[in-house]
Amino acid sequence: MTRYFTKDHEWIAVEGSEATVGITHYAQSQLGDITFVEVPAVDASVAKGDSASVVDSVKAASDVYAPVSGTVTVVNAALEDQPELVNSDAEGEGWLWKMTLSDPSELAGLMDEAAYQTFVAEL
Amino acid sequence: MNELNPSGWRPAMGTAPITREIETFTGNRALQLEEALLFEIGSSDRSGVDFDVVADFDLSALGPNVRKTAPNLPGLSEPETVRHYTRLSRQNYAIDLGVFPLGSCTMKHNPRLDEKVARMPGFADVHPLQPVQTVQGALSAINELAVWLIKLTGMHGVAMTPKAGAHGELCGLLCIRAALEAKGDPREVILVPESAHGTNPATAAFAGYRVENIPATADGRVDVTALTARLGPDVAGVMITNPNTCGLFERDLKVIADAVHAVGGYVYCDGANFNAIVGRVRPGDLGVDAMHINLHKTFSTPHGGGGPGSGPVVLSEALSPFGPLPFTARQVDGSIKLIEEEDADLEHPQAFGRMCAFHGQMGMYTRALAYILSHGADGLRQVSGDAVLNANYVLRSLDDVLEAPFGPAGHCMHEALFSDDGFADGFSTLDLAKGLIDEGYHPMTVYFPLVVHGAMLVEPTETESKAGLDQFIGAMRSLAERAKAGDELLKSAPHLAPRRRLDETLAARKPKLVYKHA
Repeated sequence: MTRYFTKDHEWIAVEGSEATVGITHYAQSQLGDITFVEVPAVDASVAKGDSASVVDSVKAASDVYAPVSGTVTVVNAALEDQPELVNSDAEGEGWLWKMTLSDPSELAGLMDEAAYQTFVAEL
Repeated sequence: MNELNPSGWRPAMGTAPITREIETFTGNRALQLEEALLFEIGSSDRSGVDFDVVADFDLSALGPNVRKTAPNLPGLSEPETVRHYTRLSRQNYAIDLGVFPLGSCTMKHNPRLDEKVARMPGFADVHPLQPVQTVQGALSAINELAVWLIKLTGMHGVAMTPKAGAHGELCGLLCIRAALEAKGDPREVILVPESAHGTNPATAAFAGYRVENIPATADGRVDVTALTARLGPDVAGVMITNPNTCGLFERDLKVIADAVHAVGGYVYCDGANFNAIVGRVRPGDLGVDAMHINLHKTFSTPHGGGGPGSGPVVLSEALSPFGPLPFTARQVDGSIKLIEEEDADLEHPQAFGRMCAFHGQMGMYTRALAYILSHGADGLRQVSGDAVLNANYVLRSLDDVLEAPFGPAGHCMHEALFSDDGFADGFSTLDLAKGLIDEGYHPMTVYFPLVVHGAMLVEPTETESKAGLDQFIGAMRSLAERAKAGDELLKSAPHLAPRRRLDETLAARKPKLVYKHA
């Protein structure tokens, strides 16, 4: 499994043509306490850069963009009752949705973990 | 020395130690009164009014809907009811109590003259369905206000009916949509810069457009290069807030407007901050096609808690034909006619439709007209001048203790923006805001605009005197120093308010929206 990151602070963990998407630990730390997560619809097709989900915190409502294009297969139902999972484990149990990739070549434009950490350190 | 108390006199405080630990039997603390909910203090066996028992009332018409048990409505005597609401009102904070520095909201003094005018029976007691010949005075006030709004903005027409800022935005975008569709060129995209108001992208999406963001420059303004690079035949228009949410004037608006017009698009200006430029800048001269004016901000009138507001939209010559119905029109004989659907074919055939059932917020119109006429041209110029001067006084009095991200770039307009840069580890903007409650102020706007980390947006308005501002600045300096020094007491502020720090996260995650009887 390979994990990629976007400049908008999403992570995407890819295994074959399947992937899991969430927001990064840095993103949740900037948003503060998450109060509500609106996940995409299952079977929705999303294009890279589309607003696919919304995360509400005590500070702001923020769009979560699809890191790559594809079709949503599963959403994290636990977030409906426990949006705080995004705070406690953003890059694990706080995942937002799983998807199939329609164009794996789009991954080439994303950052790896080291590049993302450098990117965040410069913010 | 504090100018609010030049003699420095203080009452003798006695020798007993002052402590918050004293418990009272009632839970009251002198004039800080605890007040239970109506449901907790009311009962079903008392009432403030006598109802006649209706003899021989035929219940059968109600069928199965006849109640078997009494509704759980709290009964209270009249003095109990009056006391309940008076006690609650004492826990409130209002512009009539002190500085209300809520940036972006323009909480300014509402002159009592405007209130007097709004309460005149010919304005306050009219009904929207009255025959127009019986409300000529009220209609003529709407018409006169419309003329002044056009004059102050240098525009061609005005749609008076929208009832708030965001409603006005929608009206403006529907005009743009109607104008483009009339040309057979419906477009898809509205560009919204990061420095625009948060409602702008929501309005554009609601009006059926795809929203694309344009980044801000390092000095907090629209990135003109990025914006002009994105212009093309699919762009219906741009929405720009001027002055913007960083409290800065968008100096390049004319350049942007010319570029947008060159590709056949329109310029919407969010005029929520018109109070900073009224009497000095006419948006029409900057190439704006549509702009709403929050009457309840620029021209005072009370607001907060969701209303009432009023957001007339001034329109350029290109968009005026598409403005909504109804509107007032002065006739040759001096009377005012209301142009509604039945006259539209002749008088205004391209109207996109209607924003409101009736004619808009009469009470806001009368207050705004009274404000404009009582201030006059010189008074309105002074309003914007003083608002900007006060904000710059706050900015420069605090920029040595608080980080002002756009401070080095020059003057601000009507609001001063600070960040939480330099606070001790674990201390946030929220802590400083809560500390302001202990100091007896309503906190400023926090965490907005989003482009600044831990943003604190202070809008003093022209209402405040130098002495009032100095006291507020003193409180802010003290809190900023505590946040930088890591004063742990600040983390649990407020300490002196009727309630301590509330769990806003829990309230948002598990809101209790209805009262459940125990």
